[in-house]
Amino acid sequence: MTFRQEMKKALLTSAWFVFLTFPILVIRVNTIENVIEWRWLNMMWIAAGSFILSLLWSFYFGRKTGDPGKKTEAFAPADKAGSLFRNPRFRMPALVLTALFATAFPFLFSVYQTSIMTTALMYVVLGLGLNIIVGLAGLLNLGYVAFYAVGAYSYALLHYHFGLGFWVVLPLGGLLATLFAILLGFPVLRLRGDYLAIVTLGFGEIVRLILENWNEFSFGPSGISNIPRPGLLGLDLNLDTATIYLYYLMIGLCLITIFVFGRIRDSRIGRALIALREDEIACQAMGIDKARTKLLAFALGSTWAGLMGVIFAAKTTFVNPASFTFLESAMILSIVVLGGMGSILGVVLGAFLLILLPEYLRAFSDYRMLLFGTTMVIMMIFRPQGIITGIRRTYQFRGGSIDGATAGK
Amino acid sequence: MKRNPIISMTLFWVLGLFFTAISYGNATAAETIKIGVAGAHSGDLASYGIPSVKAAELVVKEVNARGGILGRQVELLVEDDVCKPEVATNTATKLASQKATAVLGHICSGATKAALGIYKDAKIVVISPSATNPELTQSGRYPNFFRTIASDDAQARLEVDFALDVLKVKKIAVLHDKGDYGKGLAEYAKKFIEESGKASVVFYEGITPGAVDYSSVVQKIKRSGAEAVIYGGYHPEASSIVSQMRRRAMKTTFISDDGVKDDTFIKVAGTYAEGVYATGPKDTTKNPLAIAAIEAHRKTYGSDPGAFFLNAYAGMQAILNAIEKARSTKYKAVAGALRSHYVDTPLGKIKFDNRGDAIGVGFSMYQVRKGVYVQVR
Amino acid sequence: MDYFLEIFLSGLTRGSIYALIALGYTMVYGIIELINFAHGEIYMIGAFTALIIASVLTTLGMSGPAVLILAGIVAVIYASAYGFTVEKIAYKPLRGASRLSPLISAIGMSIFLQNYVMLAQTSDFLPFPNLLPELPFLESTAHIMGSTDFIIIATTAVVMVALTLLIKFTRMGKAMRATAQDRNMAMLVGVNVNRVISATFIIGSALAAIGGVLIASHIGRINFYIGFIAGIKAFTAAVLGGIGSIPGAVLGGLVLGWTECFATGYVSSDYEDAFAFALLVLILILRPAGILGKASVQKV
Repeated sequence: MTFRQEMKKALLTSAWFVFLTFPILVIRVNTIENVIEWRWLNMMWIAAGSFILSLLWSFYFGRKTGDPGKKTEAFAPADKAGSLFRNPRFRMPALVLTALFATAFPFLFSVYQTSIMTTALMYVVLGLGLNIIVGLAGLLNLGYVAFYAVGAYSYALLHYHFGLGFWVVLPLGGLLATLFAILLGFPVLRLRGDYLAIVTLGFGEIVRLILENWNEFSFGPSGISNIPRPGLLGLDLNLDTATIYLYYLMIGLCLITIFVFGRIRDSRIGRALIALREDEIACQAMGIDKARTKLLAFALGSTWAGLMGVIFAAKTTFVNPASFTFLESAMILSIVVLGGMGSILGVVLGAFLLILLPEYLRAFSDYRMLLFGTTMVIMMIFRPQGIITGIRRTYQFRGGSIDGATAGK
Repeated sequence: MKRNPIISMTLFWVLGLFFTAISYGNATAAETIKIGVAGAHSGDLASYGIPSVKAAELVVKEVNARGGILGRQVELLVEDDVCKPEVATNTATKLASQKATAVLGHICSGATKAALGIYKDAKIVVISPSATNPELTQSGRYPNFFRTIASDDAQARLEVDFALDVLKVKKIAVLHDKGDYGKGLAEYAKKFIEESGKASVVFYEGITPGAVDYSSVVQKIKRSGAEAVIYGGYHPEASSIVSQMRRRAMKTTFISDDGVKDDTFIKVAGTYAEGVYATGPKDTTKNPLAIAAIEAHRKTYGSDPGAFFLNAYAGMQAILNAIEKARSTKYKAVAGALRSHYVDTPLGKIKFDNRGDAIGVGFSMYQVRKGVYVQVR
Repeated sequence: MDYFLEIFLSGLTRGSIYALIALGYTMVYGIIELINFAHGEIYMIGAFTALIIASVLTTLGMSGPAVLILAGIVAVIYASAYGFTVEKIAYKPLRGASRLSPLISAIGMSIFLQNYVMLAQTSDFLPFPNLLPELPFLESTAHIMGSTDFIIIATTAVVMVALTLLIKFTRMGKAMRATAQDRNMAMLVGVNVNRVISATFIIGSALAAIGGVLIASHIGRINFYIGFIAGIKAFTAAVLGGIGSIPGAVLGGLVLGWTECFATGYVSSDYEDAFAFALLVLILILRPAGILGKASVQKV
């Protein structure tokens, strides 16, 4: 495309966006005061902004379509992070450094930093849990938050009624969430793709509605407060130590999750799940029990949500149904998809990006969600496989030696 | 690979030095008295939180111009909690680690409950301009909590008494929006009606906020034969329900709460709003301090103040006054001063009782007459 | 009996509202198999545009049906333009990607559009003037069915018939059906698939805008968030009726509307949404393709 053509195209795009944003961005009506405000300046911004963006866009795509060979090259640097991490020479020092940093974190930074880091770690676990369902098994679950709520309310209610402590409820919460997942999964898992998505979404909403309406059971929308933080050998912890304690607890749980996720992925079940994601019919032909395997994935993934629910209740010391909306499910799903489906490192990075960035970008708090939405769209367009591509493990058979099977790219 | 531990050690040293430097920098600048302002400052509930920030800014500007308090300037730490409990705990932790003396906020009851535990541990006084959940003060769990707004049960009590004693209705429908605020209020209303024995609750249900249409609920109210509806919730749903009731030629009296006592309600419901009762804070339009505060807002920000502005203004004045009276920023002294010293605010002369509710702050009943809310009791 | 009729009519109105929005959903899904989460936002933008134009026109001194018609036309044009642009930006580059990518992109788009309107306009509810005329012949029945209810029901019926005709008898309709059945095959026989998809988005968005104007007039208030709930309900309706089927969307909308209204009328409004979703789960388990949907045979 010549320069002239590109300019013309950019001008047209700019004109189109000026037209598109005219009523909403330029005119502001206040039907209460009957005032109409004209903001012509916004129009200028849109015109200039879309013009420049359009030029950049055509530059990017012009390069892409102009020379097909370049396409892979353009994507290569972005994948570097992933391959770099898989390089053992880099991997070990990086892990050691991360471990050191993670251990020292609470002593280097303030309680507040530790607290939001704990939140981010919680989302890492949630993301990995959902990754089993969505990333490995390819079951689109839009109601993951329901199991999160099950965990949170189990701690809140079991503590309220029976005075059970954190450590007793932690496994119980996970178990209850698993049970719920099996109960729900049994009838609905035979639905395919988007039908499953809408049913899980519906289930998430039903759980929230029950929590809101059934006062005798859940105390309704005003929630349950005064949930104790996790105790340490009966010691009375103050806020600072409790936060740090929870942080290390989360680090531990994160490591366990990463370990378990890795083991599941490389196990027979994991491979069956990935195969199911790719082709259900072929799988059935190969003798994989479709219903059982899917249910297993659903249950295994939901367990983590239940565990994190308990942690959530312990961390906020308060639960109410407003914390378990669809947006929360969307958030966790975004972590998985942005990070890279099926990938561990990707989900970790995704969680850190999506949870920490808004926290540090408080100055832009008004534009936070706007940026969030834009990032999701842009990521999907330019890197639909996520930050880190989940690589398929392949095994090579080398000669007759038994230990010849090695993991490689 | 061998070099790496050294690099990381150096890195930590540098980081460590950097943060020590920062904390030293803070220590020397800690002459100011820090007051946190927390609430929803972005997102869909921002319109409830932003006015408090403006109120705090106005009060602090005035105080600092006077030379501050105890010879120290006052500094605001404004933190957003988006009205979500899980964010509110982070906000609270942040304010606690920044060593705030007191916090004006939070806006929503849920977020306040989540944050209060942290403030309690950190010994920080909290004054909310808008969290009306009764449990906050009545449970006695939060000795550090105060508020410049009356609790939901006071409002429900007023609504029920008005319906029973003034309107003398026998059959009442109680409706709510399933929300924290609306449902809490409706529950109290139901309880009070049943306790009084003078009337019966013929209908008690929650509607779905944001639904496209409420005609089936309206039909059901009609069939229940209720003479009055007590609604707990906010004005958007209330205007829909009232409009649909009136369009169906139902004359049922509509009584609602502070969330409906908003001029937007009258604008949205138009002529259908006529005759609707709503409780709201006592009329302050004649209070010179309130007039001055609103005038200052107009001058500084060029617009009329929003929801809970005066409550926040009063809360901020109460905090600063307490610090001044206590001659200290210590938790015990400030909390004690809040309970023992009256302060002149746009809401009138207030101080706080042992549970943290403001004495002298209450509700009145208003009715829409010719397109404006008029105080009837 | 009277009470039954009243509830029945409430359900009819509510169902028609869902159906109007569900039509757009079902068309888009039928053709590119994408849950267009941003569809609800298009509906919201339609309503906002109508409000803005109507306010400007009112201050210019216009009144009566002229305002309704002009505001409605502008809203339809703008909603179509937004639908078109959203497809071009967020979905077109993702054609051929895995199923999840466009869905995430759609959720992102939906969040973006909500916040865009919130920041550009306001987060508060704005009163929406009742632009719809009062129909004189309905005066006697106003206590059970007002003229706005009647107009909504009538519009839905007209739109459904028109859409069915469009799809059955026009060239574009034929191309749409072909694309829905097999996109690659359609391309091979000379259907311009890109144009068909664009047209689908434009028509769907235009319907959403019509819905937006009518419903906003009916409810009397709008804010940036109205699209989300309406969108989810409409999608539920579309799935219920059998996604991809035009009469199915309307039937699904009506069934959903009736379920909710009868649940409210005879049980309790506390759980009306729960009833709606429970019905959805039940129908999908019994008839996975929806009430009017054709069970598709998976080919290997």
